[in-house]
Amino acid sequence: MGNGEGMTGAPDRIDSDRALGWAVLVLVPLGLLVALRRRRRRPTTELTAAVTVNKTPQEVYDFWRGLERLPRFMQHLESVEWLDERTTRWRAKAPMGTVGWDAELVDDVRGERIAWRSLPGATVPNEGSVDLRPAPGGRGTEVRVHLTYSVPGGRVGRGFARLLGEEPHQQVEDDLRRFKQVLETGEVVRSDGSPEGHRASRQLLQRPAQPVG
Amino acid sequence: MRATCWMGRNTVEVLDVPDPQILNDRDAIVKVSSTAICGSDLHLYDGYVPEMKRGDIVGHEFMGEVVETGPGVGNLAVGDRVVVPFPIACGSCWQCDHQMFSLCENSNPNAGLAEKMWGHAPAGIFGYSHLTGGYAGGQAEYVRVPFADVGPLKVDDDSLTDEQLLFLTDVFPTGWMGAEACEIEPGDTVAVWGAGPVGQFAAASARLMGAERIVVIDRFDYRLQTALDGAGATDVLDYEKVDVRSELLEMTAGRGPDKCIDAVGLEAHHGSAPIYAYDRAKQATRSVTDRGFALRQAITSCRSGGIVSVPGVYGGFMDKFPIGSWMNRSITLKGGQTHVHRYLRTLYDVVQSGRLDPSFIITHTLSLEDAPKGYEMFKNKADDCLKVVLKP
Repeated sequence: MGNGEGMTGAPDRIDSDRALGWAVLVLVPLGLLVALRRRRRRPTTELTAAVTVNKTPQEVYDFWRGLERLPRFMQHLESVEWLDERTTRWRAKAPMGTVGWDAELVDDVRGERIAWRSLPGATVPNEGSVDLRPAPGGRGTEVRVHLTYSVPGGRVGRGFARLLGEEPHQQVEDDLRRFKQVLETGEVVRSDGSPEGHRASRQLLQRPAQPVG
Repeated sequence: MRATCWMGRNTVEVLDVPDPQILNDRDAIVKVSSTAICGSDLHLYDGYVPEMKRGDIVGHEFMGEVVETGPGVGNLAVGDRVVVPFPIACGSCWQCDHQMFSLCENSNPNAGLAEKMWGHAPAGIFGYSHLTGGYAGGQAEYVRVPFADVGPLKVDDDSLTDEQLLFLTDVFPTGWMGAEACEIEPGDTVAVWGAGPVGQFAAASARLMGAERIVVIDRFDYRLQTALDGAGATDVLDYEKVDVRSELLEMTAGRGPDKCIDAVGLEAHHGSAPIYAYDRAKQATRSVTDRGFALRQAITSCRSGGIVSVPGVYGGFMDKFPIGSWMNRSITLKGGQTHVHRYLRTLYDVVQSGRLDPSFIITHTLSLEDAPKGYEMFKNKADDCLKVVLKP
C-alpha cells in the first residue's frame, strides 16, 4: 500500500501525508484495527450511524457546517480550519503526535446534506456524508452519517490500531452522542465516572463516582 | 469533604473524598443540609444493582444551599436553598420537552452501558450506579448538580423545614406518579403493595386524588400503622397473616382492586417460605435478578381492565411473569423512574398549603457519619425504621 491505493476517488494530486477526509479523522484509526484484523486485502470499510437531534434540520446543518466546531464532540480531532470555501485542513491525534490532511466539500445542500472527500494522496482515502431529514411529528432531525474509508497497512496502521482499541462503529456513535449533547444542551455531559463524557472505552473502565481530586 | 461511599455488598463507609468541582457551565455545587436513605439505596447496598464501583458516593435524595454556580446557571444564586430532583435532566431534548425528565436523552454519559442492559438508556441519576451515569451522590457534604438551571427548585418559604421538603426529591413524587398512573376515578379501590416510604406516599397521593378505598399491604405492623395514621389508608393487610388476594376480593365483592400499585420492587418478600426460597435462590444464583412476588400478586389481584402501576424499582429480569393474566384481562401495566421535575412545583404547593406534611415518614435522624448504621437499621427494619434522614 502506498500512494494511490485509491479506493475512494481517483487522485490526480499526491500529497501523501496529509490527505485524509474528515470523518476519517475519527473513524479511520479505529477502523484500522478491525479492517486489519478482518481483511487485510480488502481495505475499504463502510460505517453508518444515526441519531435524532431535537433541533430543526437547518440548525443541525448550521452547526455541522461549522466544521471548526467538530473537535468539541469528536474525540480524536484536534482542530479543523478552513483553507478556502470548500477546503478544510484537519489535525487529529495520532500515535506519533498529530496527523494532518486536507479535505474538500463535494456536496453542500443547506439544511439537508453535507458530503466530503479527502484530497488525492491521502494516507487513508475516505469519503463521507451527513444527511438530515425532519423526523416525523416534530421529533427533531434524523442525522445519518455514512463513511467509507480505506485502511493503510504497515506500521502506520498498526500504530493506530494499538492506540485505539475501540470498535469504529462505537466510536462514531460516541461522537454522535456528544454531537447531540452539544447541540441540544450546549455542553458535553460529564459525570464523575465518565469525566470526559460518553466514551465506550471509559464505560468499561469507570472511575468511582467520586469527584476528580 | 465527607461522603457516604459504597464499598461493596452490605458495606458503606463515610470517607474523606475530594470536594466536587464545576465541570460544565450549567453545573452548581450544593452544600447538603439534609439527605435521606432511599429504599432503592438498599438495592445498591444489597448488591442487586449492577455496575457499582467500590468508592461510589451514594445518595439521591438531598437538598441544601447553593455555594457555587457555573456561568450557565442564571436562575440560582449562591445562598439559595434548593431541593434537587434525583434524576438529572437537560431540559432540552425531546423527552424533556415532553416532561419525561427521567428519560432525558443527554444526561447519562454511560448511556451505552444502559442500552446493553435495557435496550435504551434512561436519564442519569445521582449516586445510583454507573448504569445511570456514574454521578457522585448526595449523602455527602457537597454535591455537583449538573443542569442546575433545570432541576433544582428554589425554596421561597423559610417556614418550611427540611423535613417537610426533602422528600420532594424522590419518594413523594414517586408515590404521586405511581398513583397518577392509576388514573384514579371516583369509587376506585386502590391497593398498594409495600408500606415503605414510596408506598406511604402512593397511598397518601391516592387519597388526595380521591380514591374511595386505599388498601396497603406489608408485613410490619409499625409500617401498616403509619399507612393508616399518616398516609390515610382505609385498610391494611399483613400478608404473613392473611391471604392477600382473598382479602382483596372480599373487600371488593369479587371485583378486585381497580388499581394496584407495586411499591416493593425487585427485593420482594413472600409470606410462603417455599415460594420465597424459590425466587431467592434463583436471584442468588443470578439466574434472575429480580424477585417478583409483589408484581405477580398485583397483576393477578387487579380487577379485569384495571391498571397496575409500578413505582417499585426493578433492575433486570424476573421469572414467572403472569403474562396470561395480564393479556387476557386487559390489564394496563405502567412503570417508570419518576419524572420528578414535572411534579416538583405542584407538590411543593401541596406541602406549602398543608394538604400533606411529608415528614410523617421520618423515624430516624442521624449524623452523616452514622450513615452505615442508618443503612443497617433501614435494611433490617430495626427499631421500627421507616425513613432515615442524615445530617452532614
